[in-house]
Amino acid sequence: MAKTSNISSVINKDVACPFCGILCDDLVIQNQDETLKILENGCPKAVASFEAKQAVSSPKIKGKDVPLSDAIAAMSDILKKSHNPLFSGLGTDVGGMRQVMHLADKTGAIVDHMHGNALIRNSLVLQDLGWITTTMTEIRNRADLIIFAGTDARNYPRFFERTIWNKQSMFKLKNEQRQIVYIGDQLDSKAGINPNGKRPTSLNCKTEQIGEVISGLHALVTGATLDVKEIAGIKIKTLQALAEQMKAAKYGVIVWSPAELDIPHAELTIQNFCEIVKYLTRFTRFAGFSLGGNDGATSANSVCAWQSGYPLRVNFNKGYPDYDAQRYSTHNVLKNKEVDSLVWISSFSSNVNSPRASIPTIVLGTPDTKLNFKPDVFIPVSTPGVDHSGQLIRADSVVSLPLKKLRQSPYANVSSILKQVIERM
Amino acid sequence: MYIKLTNGIVYDPVHGINGEHRDIYINDGYITRKPSGNTKICKTYDMKGKIIMAGAIDIHTHIGGGKINIARMMLPEDHAADLVEKTELTRSGCGYAAPSTLTAGYRYAEMGYTACFEPAMLPSNARQTHMEMADTPMVDKGAYAMLGSDDFFLRMLASKKDQAAISDYVGWTINATQALGIKVVNPGGISAFKFNQRKLELDELNQYYGVSPRDILKSLARAVTELGIPHPLHVHGCNLGVPGNLNTTLETIRAVDGMRMHLTHIQFHSYGTEGDKNFSSGAAEIAEAVNKNPNISIDVGQILFGQTVTASGDSQHQYAGHWHADPKKWVIMDIECDAGCGVVPFKYRDKNFVNALQWAIGLEIFLLVDDPWRVFLTTDHPNGAPFTSYPHLIRLLMDRSFRNDILSTINKEAAAASTLASIDREYSLYDIAIMTRAAPARSLGLKNRGHLGSGAVADITVYSNHKDKEKMFSKPDYVFKDGELIVRNGKIVKVVNGATHTLRPEFDNGIEKSLKRYFNDFHTVSLGNFKIDDDEIVEHGNGKIIVQPCM
Repeated sequence: MAKTSNISSVINKDVACPFCGILCDDLVIQNQDETLKILENGCPKAVASFEAKQAVSSPKIKGKDVPLSDAIAAMSDILKKSHNPLFSGLGTDVGGMRQVMHLADKTGAIVDHMHGNALIRNSLVLQDLGWITTTMTEIRNRADLIIFAGTDARNYPRFFERTIWNKQSMFKLKNEQRQIVYIGDQLDSKAGINPNGKRPTSLNCKTEQIGEVISGLHALVTGATLDVKEIAGIKIKTLQALAEQMKAAKYGVIVWSPAELDIPHAELTIQNFCEIVKYLTRFTRFAGFSLGGNDGATSANSVCAWQSGYPLRVNFNKGYPDYDAQRYSTHNVLKNKEVDSLVWISSFSSNVNSPRASIPTIVLGTPDTKLNFKPDVFIPVSTPGVDHSGQLIRADSVVSLPLKKLRQSPYANVSSILKQVIERM
Repeated sequence: MYIKLTNGIVYDPVHGINGEHRDIYINDGYITRKPSGNTKICKTYDMKGKIIMAGAIDIHTHIGGGKINIARMMLPEDHAADLVEKTELTRSGCGYAAPSTLTAGYRYAEMGYTACFEPAMLPSNARQTHMEMADTPMVDKGAYAMLGSDDFFLRMLASKKDQAAISDYVGWTINATQALGIKVVNPGGISAFKFNQRKLELDELNQYYGVSPRDILKSLARAVTELGIPHPLHVHGCNLGVPGNLNTTLETIRAVDGMRMHLTHIQFHSYGTEGDKNFSSGAAEIAEAVNKNPNISIDVGQILFGQTVTASGDSQHQYAGHWHADPKKWVIMDIECDAGCGVVPFKYRDKNFVNALQWAIGLEIFLLVDDPWRVFLTTDHPNGAPFTSYPHLIRLLMDRSFRNDILSTINKEAAAASTLASIDREYSLYDIAIMTRAAPARSLGLKNRGHLGSGAVADITVYSNHKDKEKMFSKPDYVFKDGELIVRNGKIVKVVNGATHTLRPEFDNGIEKSLKRYFNDFHTVSLGNFKIDDDEIVEHGNGKIIVQPCM
């Protein structure tokens, strides 16, 4: 941070926003007497998160305020006694996740992220047949057909502004040449309206039926004829037109959001996207793009993969990493009593809170965290990219951004807390 | 605090020492001259009968960055049979072809390696590459930034910007990404694939920019020369894996007009089209060209039989190769109008004609290139085989009867099509010390590594001189890193982090003005955030940066 003691107002430029997976990095944020205000490029989510007044909290043991060192000692004691801890939530940056992995290895723990269900929907596809994917700058400059399947990107408020409707592109692709299509259940297509007024195509079907629609399209792009009049309520004629559009695209993209495909075996739907992309790539260029990675999910998955060899979810109980994307979910291992302590980490927001479990529970949460139970240990933590510097990996798993420290914080960061616990183990 | 290694047999090609009894003194992490008579020696190791070399250096190994992390995530079956338990000292991990970062670092050290260089760092993925390298303990590391299919460079070339401006951009990239060199992969071909071109010959034009791979190679090689980057342009040429690419490779050597160039994993670029199967060895022609052109260095990218995964920036040829994926899954990525990648698992089979001949071609190249200072030992990990197969490869080079024994078991037609059986050459320990230590250090400009003279960093490996060279190089008796004993009898005894080697070439930073505008207009990351500052490696990566001088 550029602030010095005799200047009360500091303006930070090129600030990366850690509050959703696309990590917009053009925010301009003012710090006036330790109060943050977004001067440029804040979406409602960023405004709500950056400008929220930092709550007042304190480390607690069973609800009673204690010094941080006592809370860390209590956390260490719980973990020393625990045979199979669960580290979940994992809303932290790369630095925090590195220490999570170290401590999980040391204590024989299971690691899972609060958005683990979404992460594994993609992992299962990657591990079964693979995919062809792309990144935001490619879409921004190249994509002439963008199909939103099961998502309207509203949870990523600036996705259209940052990657689709641009003043200029590298290859002189004009906005009016871009075609937007939505496939899904009552998706909000407003953002997809071309600046020149052209409305996107919307094909309405239930989320569960998106896979079927894509399979139909896949058959049609191969030249097959289908002996039905409609699929999931969508007329074959409409699908045939889209199939032609896909074949004619120079660079088509299918965008999905694994979190929003909240249906049983969503990986099969995602695999349908990936397989039609592969087929079309035999003739033209097509790619997939997964919108996700909130609460540091992409970073958690990537760090887990390079440090353990496996993406989430991993169990270190046997002394080596044991991977099982389904079995080691937070829900399952709590329900099946496979763990005997819980460490919940959430340093970006208190939107998803620790489950209430009948085992010793430690929560490292933002200071505004409100729980419906008293955890054994609560430690308020600072937020990466607001209260301390750090690094996060973007939704595409390729680009990562440096996070800035924008204000002073009385709270410790996840990485430093876990380092102290590791030293005590 | 002085340490003495006494009675060892030293191989130090930089100083012409070929198996001589020498004592080595270490003080404060460096090798020093023999101290004066009354200096206290704190620790003496008796190395009687043992072979002492500098720590080994891998000039081309995919140890970090997005594509190798995709390989890790994609291949749980690669890891399940290769699980590594935690110990008092070391962390757990796993992986055979695509090991976890920590496991890779431990394995390298346990094999006597003290430095590893990631050859394909995409600028847009550089931050993550450094994160993964930071989590690769034990060894020093560094990376070559990949250019040549990035839009900014291609549009400069297309608009005939003068070479000085291009060199400024290359220098800026080295600085911004904390790189140690420049690599080009399938020059312009990764970009061409995004415009749906499925191949790109040396003189074929990228249809959007109207520039050819030859233009790109010449421009980047010149930039590397003008910036004084010690390591020559690191080239993964056109037409990887394509039968007949031998001619492309020979033409590529001619294209740089005598400028220095390193041709990487040249085995994959040395194929002819003779014979019934239209696939033949071009090793003799390639080796002859390398022998005749002192400006050229190579690494081989030897293939060894078994399961591995190919991970490359060459999305165009990885896509073409995906039909051979084994198991049947694969990933292709287009990345940031900057680069791309492809990850395709592959199993090399000794009874398969093409695979068996690939094996023979790699060995032929090793054995037909005269000068071990210009041919480095690599398998292009993990593309030809995992780096853990280096001791086996060393034995193939040092032991003719072992080599011929294996030759007699591979596909018979391939064995018959190869000249390998007629090649008598066996590498000596001195040759191995050149190609795995002295030569890579010299090529990378690491002046105080790769040798055992006074002033060198005390990265030292000590082996027992087994007749079985695979056994010898699998399990060194001692490995010292910066003067500390880190491995004893092939097992880690101390965990260290290793440093990151970078360069700070001089260039006109005026280029940043146009880059800033360019990033604002077209990219999804700002210029300021694209650049990696030292703190991200030192503070967040828990490592140290060593800036190597330019020439």
